[in-house]
Amino acid sequence: MAEITLVEAVRAALAHALEEDPAVVILGEDVGTDGGVFRATEGLWQRFGSARVRDTPLSEAAIAGVAVGLAAQGFRPVAEIQFQGFIHPALDQLANHAARLRNRTRGRLGCPMVLRAPFGAGVHAPEHHSESIEAIFAHIPGLKLVIPSSPARAYGLLLAAIRDPDPVVFFEPTRIYRAGREEVALDGASLPLGRAFTLRAGGDLTLVSWGAAVREALAAAEALSGEGIEVEVIDLATLRPWDAEAVLGSVRRTGRCVILHEAPRTGGFGAEVAARIAEEALDSLLAPIRRVTAPDIVPPLLRLEHLYLPQVDDVIAAAREVMQWR
Amino acid sequence: MPEPAAAAEDNRPYIIRAYGPDALRGALLRMFLIRNFEEAAEASYMRGLVHGTMHLSIGQEAVAVGACLGLTESDKITSTHRGHGHCIAKGADVGRMFAEFFGKETGYCRGRGGSMHIADPAKGNLGANGIVGGGLPIAVGSALSAKRLGTGAVTVCFFGDGANNEGAFHEALNMAAIWKLPVVFLCENNRYGMSTSTERSTAVPRVALRAAAYAMPGVTVDGNDISAVAEAVDAATARGRAGEGPSLVECLTYRWRGHSKSDRNRYRSREEIEAWMARDPIPRFAALLVAHGIMSEDEVRAAEAEAERVIEAGLEFARAGPDPSVADLTRDVYTTEAP
Repeated sequence: MAEITLVEAVRAALAHALEEDPAVVILGEDVGTDGGVFRATEGLWQRFGSARVRDTPLSEAAIAGVAVGLAAQGFRPVAEIQFQGFIHPALDQLANHAARLRNRTRGRLGCPMVLRAPFGAGVHAPEHHSESIEAIFAHIPGLKLVIPSSPARAYGLLLAAIRDPDPVVFFEPTRIYRAGREEVALDGASLPLGRAFTLRAGGDLTLVSWGAAVREALAAAEALSGEGIEVEVIDLATLRPWDAEAVLGSVRRTGRCVILHEAPRTGGFGAEVAARIAEEALDSLLAPIRRVTAPDIVPPLLRLEHLYLPQVDDVIAAAREVMQWR
Repeated sequence: MPEPAAAAEDNRPYIIRAYGPDALRGALLRMFLIRNFEEAAEASYMRGLVHGTMHLSIGQEAVAVGACLGLTESDKITSTHRGHGHCIAKGADVGRMFAEFFGKETGYCRGRGGSMHIADPAKGNLGANGIVGGGLPIAVGSALSAKRLGTGAVTVCFFGDGANNEGAFHEALNMAAIWKLPVVFLCENNRYGMSTSTERSTAVPRVALRAAAYAMPGVTVDGNDISAVAEAVDAATARGRAGEGPSLVECLTYRWRGHSKSDRNRYRSREEIEAWMARDPIPRFAALLVAHGIMSEDEVRAAEAEAERVIEAGLEFARAGPDPSVADLTRDVYTTEAP
């Protein structure tokens, strides 16, 4: 056991994967000698060498495409895009090739690659260093999409992503990279992809979230408990394929649901969660589903960032409103 | 693989010097196969057996066959949207190709890839590609894999003149050069990206000039001369196998047909098309083989007839194949079917 931060958990998972499987290679901008802009790959180049931890030019399309080519030949590349805002040139290779290689060849070529990128607001950085565009990736058949919200889940889910036979996009919330420490057993055990984590049990209201916003979800649940409202907090963790059964099961018990995400509202993944509840558990609902999200704007600079990021009080207000319905 | 270089005084064309009679006869047969395949594919489209669109490579056969002549099955290729010839040159079975075009379960991708996405990993064909420039970074990954594993395999990356203005082209060439990877960037310059000529689209007069920006050799050859294509690609693959890094080979050629089935040929003249048709690469290679005593004219005619027979049998195989199973619709999106 070690008491570590989320970014240290990422590093530990990468080190474990490099150690256990010679097919694992890391590539990306400044991942080698520099150890990555957030130090997620610190020390790996020194330990495993430049053939396995490879600095690339600033070429996001080629980083993703080279990973596809390596994966198609049996390697397990873990590519890093320095910030989620830089990922768009790589989206061509991800959506058009990584996600389709297996389907297109009916299984004769696979694409066991991971593409990691830090993301999210709350670090006082400009727009391309602060956004949450995960819904784009959740929409692409053939890709898996994972977003950890704690050091333990970062460790176990990243190992699962690297060992998975399909391409996985792995977004790491920068706001909580170093926000807290947690005891993590660095034993190489993975956590299941496609399974939600119920972080707090409660019978009055289901609160669904993922990524850094899970912290606000838990804080809101704690405060609401003081008012006698018991909130069930579910961290989706994998957005594709997502654990609809966990959410539907909880909503059927509580009859109320609030969805919290940091991404802008329109077309956000919360809409998918809400739609599934409406389709499959409408008869259980005692109140309308509410979404607490960022407004439909570009992430603003630091003086306005608190108005963009959903706050604990926003979640509490939404929960109280939902509880008014009888 | 080419045979050892002959004595210096031998002034026969490269391909005659470098390859034995069986390989040369096989090359001519494959050129006939590509031509006949494309013509049969076009006829099938007209009859409604193939839907959507397709991109024919009639007139470009010497590039595909010349580039693949010196490759082994462990060498890889990445192909393009105009990739039928590349597949055949790398050893694909035309029956399974037609079946793929027809969307049949017996096709290379079991009827899910279609004309633009035939992959044949067993023969080293990593797949054609509906995205212009899409194969370039993948080829770099394939070459990096070969270098890491020390397999000695090279990757030949086919792309068209249109792709040389895509960002992926520049990213891929740079990356292959800094890592000295065994990859041959093979540009089939057929003069037009759909309707836009290279003069209007490309700032340099020759795509091969762009090699200088990435510190690799760049040569331009007559893409309708199979010997010139084979000579340039063999030199580039030898360089790659020796660990000296990538090369860019530009083959000047021409597609007789339009870009796709929607093309009205408004951007080029009848005279231009006819002038290029007069430079047909197939009779040119056949004449070379006859002149050097490799084949008689009768044997050339027999090869053409053999190609027609193979194509007819391939069409029959494809027509007879079953449609894909509905039960398989959601399979292979993920390794394990999603819930």
